[in-house]
Formats: sequence, structure tokens, C-alpha cells
Amino acid sequence: MYGVVKVGNLGLFGEIISLGADTVSIQVYEQTEGVGPGEPVVATGDQLSVELGPGLMSQIYDGIQRPLDVISEGHGSFIARGIEEPAINYERRWEFTAVAQSGSEVIGGARLGFVQETEIVKHWVMVPPGLRGTITSLASGTYTVTERIGELEDPFGQKHELKLAQRWPVRQGRPYRRKLNPGVPLVTGQRVLDTFFPLAKGGTGCVPGPFGSGKTVVQQQLSKWADADIIVYVGCGERGNEMTDVLIEFPELTDPKSGRPLMERTTLIANTSNMPVAAREASVFTGITIAEYYRDMGYDVALMADSTSRWAEAMREISGRLEEMPGEEGYPAYLASRIAQFYERAGRVYPLGATDQPGDDEEASLSVIGAVSPPGGDLSDPVVQGTLREVRVFWSLRAELAYARHFPSVDWLTSYSLYGDSDALGAFYRENVAEQWLSNRAESLRMLQEEADLQEIVRLVGLDAISAADRLLLETSRAIREGFLQQNAFHDIDTFTPLTKQYLMLEAILQFHKQALAKLEQGAGLDELLALPVRERIARMKFTPQDDEDDLRAVDGEIRAALEQVGAESARRAS
Amino acid sequence: MIKEYRSARGLDGPLMIVEEVDDVTYGELADIELPDGTVRRGQVLEAAAGRALVQLFEAPQGIATSLATVRFTGQRMMARVSRDMLGRILNGIGEPIDDAGAVIPEQLRDINGSPINPYARDFPEEFIQTGISAIDGNLTLVRGQKLPIFSGSGLPHSELAAQIARQARTLHGEEPFAVVFAAMGITFEEANFFMEDFRRTGAIERAALFINLADDPVIERISIPRVALTTAEYLAFDCDMHVLVILTDMTNYCDALREISSARKEVPGRRAYPGYMYTDLSLIYERAGRIKGKRGSITQIPILSMPEDDKTHPIPDLTGYITEGQVLLSRSLHRKGIEPPIDVLPSLSRLMQKGIGEGSTREDHSGVANQLFAAYARGGDARELAVVLGEAALTPIDRQYATFAEQFEQRFVNQGFHENRSIEDTLTIGWQLLELLPRSELTRIDTELIDKYLGPVEAEAAAPVGEPA
Repeated sequence: MYGVVKVGNLGLFGEIISLGADTVSIQVYEQTEGVGPGEPVVATGDQLSVELGPGLMSQIYDGIQRPLDVISEGHGSFIARGIEEPAINYERRWEFTAVAQSGSEVIGGARLGFVQETEIVKHWVMVPPGLRGTITSLASGTYTVTERIGELEDPFGQKHELKLAQRWPVRQGRPYRRKLNPGVPLVTGQRVLDTFFPLAKGGTGCVPGPFGSGKTVVQQQLSKWADADIIVYVGCGERGNEMTDVLIEFPELTDPKSGRPLMERTTLIANTSNMPVAAREASVFTGITIAEYYRDMGYDVALMADSTSRWAEAMREISGRLEEMPGEEGYPAYLASRIAQFYERAGRVYPLGATDQPGDDEEASLSVIGAVSPPGGDLSDPVVQGTLREVRVFWSLRAELAYARHFPSVDWLTSYSLYGDSDALGAFYRENVAEQWLSNRAESLRMLQEEADLQEIVRLVGLDAISAADRLLLETSRAIREGFLQQNAFHDIDTFTPLTKQYLMLEAILQFHKQALAKLEQGAGLDELLALPVRERIARMKFTPQDDEDDLRAVDGEIRAALEQVGAESARRAS
Repeated sequence: MIKEYRSARGLDGPLMIVEEVDDVTYGELADIELPDGTVRRGQVLEAAAGRALVQLFEAPQGIATSLATVRFTGQRMMARVSRDMLGRILNGIGEPIDDAGAVIPEQLRDINGSPINPYARDFPEEFIQTGISAIDGNLTLVRGQKLPIFSGSGLPHSELAAQIARQARTLHGEEPFAVVFAAMGITFEEANFFMEDFRRTGAIERAALFINLADDPVIERISIPRVALTTAEYLAFDCDMHVLVILTDMTNYCDALREISSARKEVPGRRAYPGYMYTDLSLIYERAGRIKGKRGSITQIPILSMPEDDKTHPIPDLTGYITEGQVLLSRSLHRKGIEPPIDVLPSLSRLMQKGIGEGSTREDHSGVANQLFAAYARGGDARELAVVLGEAALTPIDRQYATFAEQFEQRFVNQGFHENRSIEDTLTIGWQLLELLPRSELTRIDTELIDKYLGPVEAEAAAPVGEPA
């Protein structure tokens, strides 16, 4: 099963997906027109695998790891059939620095040495998983990925060549030493995500949304700003022009931490909707295997898959061709278990090579964010439901918000994050941001819920019928929505907000609310409170540069001063 | 060597089973000759050892399996492409039907084409002026984009498409420009409307029209967009032309796909459309685009009529996931007599931001478009409120917005199918409309731009208002 074959005179790339007594079914990764009975089928004896080694970063691949840039240069602007190109450059020479000693005992996943793959990515060369023994030779030097860098002798006396690159079958998760509970948030700089619906490093999330709801912008913002070391972006059955946009934009964007182009820590898998559907099915596995490989080096990796619905549809198409018994909506009955298998490959782990000694910060993580495109925006779609059972964060995008130009159009009432108030992340926030982080979050979510209820009433009986306190709540929720949740991806400063600034912004809005409420009870007029210029100041905090923390912290004092003034004013008038 | 078989064994709708065959490949074409000498065409759907399943392109009436001779041509479905196809009217497989003689092909091409390598694509960013304010102003079309028109039965999408075909041009003067028009399963009258309109306005000189009428073979409906796009690819990427492809009506195409899928006894998906419809549609839509190092481009405007005006129907839904936005026609605007009845709020052009602004259209384009959009949305809400509570219940500012919305429809969207507005005219009308609102409401445009286009704030308005006595 899952052996790779070459089909026909053209040598089309395929994979065995079902085995009979004397027949096999082959899923061919290219169009099969012109292939007829009697043409040869050659088994390669290999499983569908990816090549893992230096040269993966800043590359763009199709669903079965063929390098699109090489194909474009060598074979023209259209992708013809039967093209075969090495996934990583076999000619390029890399400067390898050995760290392991000759003669030492090593296990699979242990670090042999490193190659500076790009300015910002140190590529650790590891013993392939499953191998163990004694290093009999290993030397620093310049090598290509196919050259021998050393040798390892296993306990049975068998010798194995060590190289810079290794292969791994995509349908099999790469092993790790131990899985851990997520305990650190993946900071994305997107306020609605970080504060309200955070994703943990090693966690899983899903972004469903009908078309036009800004799904792709959210994914791209995440790949730009998420504080992961490595990004793998899988464009699975999506638009060609969208991938081009990513390809043009990423090299121009700089990594906020190192100032180097984002592409240097990114691998793109582009299997657009018009490319062969079988390769689309394989593309998410190709992506996640590459992601796991970097996780094994000890990095925090984030994988974006846009969109897993297209991936599921590819499964449906293949299943239909195999004439399997269809399940819900024509999807194969194994849809849910395949989705589960995919998302379970995420996680925070101790990699195989981790020494596991106290004080050793060797944990790594792979976070997976999948976009789903439910037909007609209908969340009862089997792909959405199958995904929701697996993921722990749900960022629900609503088209109405997008139409009203509220971006990111994450619906604050239906989205959820199971990490949001979890103890593990709570401890992180208390230690690294502020004590009240969780209570502020709960408080503002409650207000937004109350706002939704109040608006129903207002719609029925008008604004005048509700109390001043309720009107203040409406205004505060509006401030949360417009001043905090709305974020302009195209504004230099607003596009990224670090946690501390997020906290200060929300705190300012809530402080104003609390103190204004107190003043209301003392008899101050609502209009007077709402007319205070400090509200404008709070609303504009999002445009204050993050480095200007003094300015951000000053807002708190200004609120106090402004509101004290109100009290003084009324008091004076009363006397 | 071409072999002939007289071993047709079964005929099931458009599917013919031929036995005792060898050397048949998947996807190759077959000629079926009847005793009276007529030839029908088909394509191999399934090639097994000693057995082939052939799908007929034409109706199977009158075929007796025992008398038919089947010839496998060894050829895949090819389109003959040529520059001379411009100015011509052709059928679903690219043969001329306009009595002007044969087209001498310059090349033979596989109609399925190959996917464009995403790495080789160039990003679409060059503004196309359609002369229609609602599109140019708020839903800007750029070269290489695919922007469908979502319409419904009885709405004037044909008039709109013809208008775009007539008026579309770029701001950079004369560049070779062509229109490829593919009609799938439309009525004679509708087809005739386009042919007449193209002839009358002279647009036919630079257009190739592929026509498949409602009573033509269904299978041709599947090949016609592919033949048209193969021609377009040739014109764009070999002859350096900017090609606008209009496909109408994609709903008929999808229905044909469903019909054939059910004849093949495939597992049906949503609303009985085949599960691979998304992939199939993308194979058509994704052939739009630009390629690095090539001068030409393919821009697509597919038209589809939404059954029951339902945007969540599988056809518009899957289309919307592939295309870069959509232009939605509204029945209520149509009833109000707005021409073209474009509903700008749910419409969208995803590639707009890259194609507008200084150096392309005008510096104020983005701001004006956003402001019009926002104001129209608010005006719509105000009008709704007025219906429920009565106009008197509106605040003065809401009343201004309601007026704005009304004027926006009447003056900006409504322009008739024969007025060709330049982008400057469009923006000027936009500014005139925005003047209906107090300047403090114009928050989405930079103040400098407002001052530039509406003049600086007048002195008396800026002067402090005195304390009430």
C-alpha cells in the first residue's frame, strides 16, 4: 500500500491506494489523458515521501514536493506532465559544522551538526529517526545534500551513510520523544485572536468563513506575524493569483524579529485548484511532514493550510472514482478520521533529539491552523463538523462583518478558544503580561454578549427606553469593537500589537467604563461623560507605536484626571 | 495506424460500449460512422483491456450498434487556433458557422491546456476601464482577473456583458485587444443579441464568438469554454494580445456537467452536481491570468444566473470560491429601473486595491470608493429604518444618508447600457454625491484630498458658532 509507481510511457507519478488479489488501484498525480491499456507501470518500491534537508526554506513546491521555480525555469510557464525535478538542489554546496563527536553513541533525531540554511534559520542535521548506533566518522566541511558527511554503525554492525538530507514518507507522522500540554500562547499580534481567542503553541485552530469574509487575509496575517520560527504555508486548492500574491509579497516583508525577508523562514506548498486533484490530497501531508522535520530541530513551527475543505473535496473526488460507498454529502466515510489524523500531528513535544535534562529548553511545537470553506457558509458541512471535533480554537469569520468593513471579521460571539482561560496559558499571562489579563478578557466578552442582548431591545423599543448605565455599556462595547477588535492589516503600526499593548488598550477601555459608571451613579450626565476627549485618546491608542510604552501607560492617568474633572464640575455646579 | 471496429455492443444514452478493441487510450477521440455515411464524434471515457466506453458528442438517435463503425483517431480533443478566428462565429468545437469559409489553423492545441505554474504567474494590477461607474469606481476590474457576474433569470446581464465587451480598455492607449465570447446553451435570441450587438458596434472585428445554443449537443457545452480558452491562451500568450473572455451562462455549463455525470452513473454530490465540480470549474476559471515575461493577459467575465437568486446554490457558491470577487445584480434595483442593476454592497473585487490609486487611476480612488461604500451601506440601513418607523423618525443625519443612498443609485449606478464614463467622470460623480453629506462624515478619505477635490472648508462654516443667546 501507498507505494509510489510510474504510470505509462510518460512516467506519470502515482501512488497505490488500494490492493486487490491481482489488481491495484493507483491514484495518479497528473492528468491521465492519452494513457491506455498495455502501457507499463513501474513500481519504485518507495512510499510517497518528501526530501528533507537544507534548501527547503524559501522554496515553493507543488503538492508532491516538486519545486515550482525550477519547473518554471526549465519547462516553461505551464506545468506539463511527467516532469521530475529534485525537491532540493542537489548541486548546491553547504557549509556543514559538525557538533557530534566521532565515536559517540547517538539515537535517531540526535543532532549531528548544522548548516546555516538562511540568515535566520540554522538547519540542524539529525540522525534519521529509527537509526541508532555509534558514529564512526563525521567531519565538518562543504557538502552537497547527496554527499556522505559521515558514517554510523548500528548495534548489529551494519554501517549507514550519513547525509545532509533524509527522506520521510508523508503519510506517517515523524516520531518524537514525548508530547506535552500546550502552555505558551502563539502570539500573533492580532488583538481579537491573542486576547479573546488565543492559540497555544502546538495547538490546533480552524478558520471557517464563506468567501469574501477575509479568511485569506487572516491566514496571511498569521504567517507574517505569528511568533513561530518556521512557517509552512499550504495553498491547497486555492486561487493561483492568491499564491502569486504571497510569492510576491513575502520576499518583501521582513521578519519583525530579525529584519530579514520573511521568505527565509517560510516554505510554500502551492497546489492551486486547477492543478491535479490527487496532488492536492497529498499536499497537506507534504506540508506537515516538512513542518515536523523543523519541529524535530527544536523550532516552533506553524502550519497554515488554506483550505482543508478543498483537501477534503479531493478525497471525495478520489473516493467517488474508486466507487466507494459515500457518506454524508458524498464525502467518504473515513473523512473524519483523516481530518483527525492530520490535526493530531500538531503538538508541543520533546523532540527525539532532546536531551530531556532539567533546565534544557529543548521543547518544540507544531501549531496547525486550517481554513475551511463551508459551502454557502453553512457550518453544518461535514468538513467543518469533522474539524471542530478536532481543533481547540475556532475563529469564526462572518461575512456581515466583512461587508461592514469590520476586519478581522472574527465573530466575537460564536468563536471560541479552549486555551483562552486554561490554567496553563493563564499562568503565562499572569507572569508575562498582567494579573488581570484573564479577568479583563472575561469582562469584555461578557459586555459584548450583553450588548447583543441590549441591541435586540433597542431595536424594539428605541434607545431612549434603556437606562443610562446600559447606554454606557453599549458605548463601551462599541469602543471594544471599533477601538480594540478592529485592526487594519494594512496600517504600519496597527497591523501588529504585542501583548502588553493589547492589555493596556483593553484595560484603558474597561477603566473608563468602570470609572464612568461610578460617576453615573454619583449623578453625572451620560452625554457629558461620552463627550470627554479622553475617549478619542483611547480609540487612537491602536496607532501609538508599541515602543512608546510610556505614552500607552500614560492613558490610564489621563482617564483618571478626565473623570475626576467631571466629578469636580458637577460638584461645583451643585454647590 | 487507425483501426476500425464494428464491435459496438451497447448504447446507453450518450454512452457507447465498444468491445474487442486494443490500443485505445483514455481521452482520445472516436468517429462513429453510420451506414448512411454520416459521422458522429465521441470521446473515450474509459479504456480497459479489450473494452472502451465512448461518450458521444451528439445525440445518439438513429444509431444502431450493429451497423456503426467506430474509428479511434488516436488524437485527444484538440482545438485549431488562429489569429483569423477574430471576427468569426464558431461552434462548440471551433468550426466556423458563419458562412465565411474555413479558418486556417496556425496551431493545434489540447483543449484542456495545462495549469499555469503559480511561480510563473504575474500579479494582475493593471486597471481596465469598463466605462461603468459601479464597476470602475467600486469593483475595479484588473487585467488577468476573473470577475463573474452573478445574475438571475430576467435580469439584464447580457446587456451588461455586451457593454463591457464594447467599452473595456486600459488607460495606456492602444494595445492589441481581443474579446473571446463563449455562449453555452443559451437561446437563439440571446445569442443573436450578442452577435447583432457585436456586428452593429463593430466589436466583432476583434472578437471570436463560440456559440452553443440550447438545442445543440450537451457535451459541446463542456468543450466550448475549453476551446474558447485555448484560443484565448493562444491570442494572449503567443500573439501578445489582451484578451477578455466572456462565458455565458455558467449555470448551463454546470447543468450539462450534471447531466453527463448522471449518464456516467457517478456518485452525485450537492444538488446532484458531481463532486468534482469545484475542480472542474477551477480548470476553467484558473485559465485567467498573466504570466511573467509575456505581454498578453486573459481576463475572464463568467456570467451565471443563480437559480432563485440564491447565492448559496452550489454554482455561484463554488464559483465565488474560485473567482476574485463577484458582481451581483439585484432584482429590486432592476425593478426600480436602475441600469445596470449592480448591487455594490455584496459585490466585491478582490484585486481592486492593487489596480487603483496614484499612477493607475487617481490618488483619491481608494478613499472615494470606501467612503461611497460605507455611506451607501449606512444609507441603506436608514432607508430600512424609515420603512419601519416612518421618515419622520429619522435623525437629520440619517435622513441625509437616505437621500445619499437614493442619489447614489440614481446617479452613480444608473447610467444606461450605452453611456461610457471615464474614470475621472466616475470619480467626479462620486465627489458630487459625497457633497450631499456633511464634511465631518467623510472619515475614510484623507483631509487633504477632500480639500483638493471639494475645495477648502468655507470660511463661515469654519468660524466658531456664537453662544446661543
